[in-house]
Amino acid sequence: MKIEPISVSDLNKYIKDRVAEDEYLNNVFVKGEISNFKHHYTGHMYFTLKDDKSLIKCIMFKSYTATLNFTPKDGMKVNVFGTVSVFERDGVYQIYCKAMQEDGVGDLYAAYNALKEKLEKEGLFDETHKKKIPLMPKVIGVLTSQTGSVIRDIINVSTRRNKNVYIRLFPVPVQGEGAGDKIARAIKIMNDKKLADVLILARGGGSLEDLWPFNEEVVARAIYDSEIPIISAVGHETDFSISDFVSDLRAPTPSAAAELAVADVEDLKDRIKLYEKRYRTLLSRKLDLMKMRYEKCMKSKAFTDPKRKIQDEYLKLEDLLGKIENTISDKVNKSKMRYVELISKLDALSPLKTLKRGYCISEIDGKVIKSAHDLKENMEIDLKYLDGTKKAKVL
Amino acid sequence: MKEEKSFEELMDDLENIAEELESDKLNLDDSMKKFEEGMKISKLCNEKLESAEKKITILLEKNGEIEEENFDVGV
Repeated sequence: MKIEPISVSDLNKYIKDRVAEDEYLNNVFVKGEISNFKHHYTGHMYFTLKDDKSLIKCIMFKSYTATLNFTPKDGMKVNVFGTVSVFERDGVYQIYCKAMQEDGVGDLYAAYNALKEKLEKEGLFDETHKKKIPLMPKVIGVLTSQTGSVIRDIINVSTRRNKNVYIRLFPVPVQGEGAGDKIARAIKIMNDKKLADVLILARGGGSLEDLWPFNEEVVARAIYDSEIPIISAVGHETDFSISDFVSDLRAPTPSAAAELAVADVEDLKDRIKLYEKRYRTLLSRKLDLMKMRYEKCMKSKAFTDPKRKIQDEYLKLEDLLGKIENTISDKVNKSKMRYVELISKLDALSPLKTLKRGYCISEIDGKVIKSAHDLKENMEIDLKYLDGTKKAKVL
Repeated sequence: MKEEKSFEELMDDLENIAEELESDKLNLDDSMKKFEEGMKISKLCNEKLESAEKKITILLEKNGEIEEENFDVGV
């Protein structure tokens, strides 16, 4: 009996079909550690998943990677969900991943939420406790790893904004066992020795597990107790750590933290220059105003022709005097006329005038006799003439 | 000895002086005084901005003491 060999392609096709028929292999949920991770420029992810004894190839197509809420990388422990299938060309089987999550992330989330709630209730996130970031801190303290891009980014941004910036790096581990305690201790030392005017607590992006030290209670309390204002910049913009909530200010990225901590010196200089300009404008405006007022004063008659004013007043005085004089002489004249009038009237009425014409006045005992009946026989009377008085007797 | 004013306080002073000069409340003498005061503060601010010297250092613990050394990241 002769056995006809089959082709490699046929074999692989056969295996592929057999694998595809297996319901269990169509929906596997596998845990393992990522290694050999490659994020291809096409957007697909290639990696192997391993445990201490074995490994399996994995691929995650671009259409599925969009749903990831973390960036996978080597050494990360994950759970993947997908389909095991055979890649015929290479004769390999691999997991075509549809979803992936960080292993143990559920526990971490629960712990994160529990601590967040507890600290919030205690008032560690209260706005009233938050300190203002100084405008021009003399020393910027940075707590982060001394290697990596975070410290470089912070130094770059800071020196760009202020070429004379003073940065003090206190190196701390930013992930792993014990990192939280070391971070908390660094915050305390910076405070105790007053080594900075503002602190930046920073770390680059990573998995929730990587960022964990910044979610530890000991770090939260150290931040809360800090006299020095703290800017927290942990992970990417979308990551919120507990240190972000407790700190006085949260920055979306380490670079942004540097921008918040370090004032743009040129910008400040411009602002100061603007004030100087404003002062000059205001003062010269005030001077102009004063000058205008002065000129207006000087233009008034009192200053241009002071004599004229006196002359005016003098004329007015003369005028008044004239009026008074007129009134007085008027009164005198009137009185004079009245006097003459009265005198002439008096003259006309005077009995002397009558006597002149040859009349005499008869009197008895000094009284003028006005009626013939007043006279009796032998009565002695006085006859008054112009030139004298003679006695007479009635017959 | 008066405590040194913070940069914020100096900037606040600058703003306050500008506002006082803007108001009509000051006579010429006081305006001149305020103007001079403002110029003095702006000079002080500029000095504060210029006086610092670039320093990038790393704090290291040695035998329980903190020591400061220059830090070069090769930026």
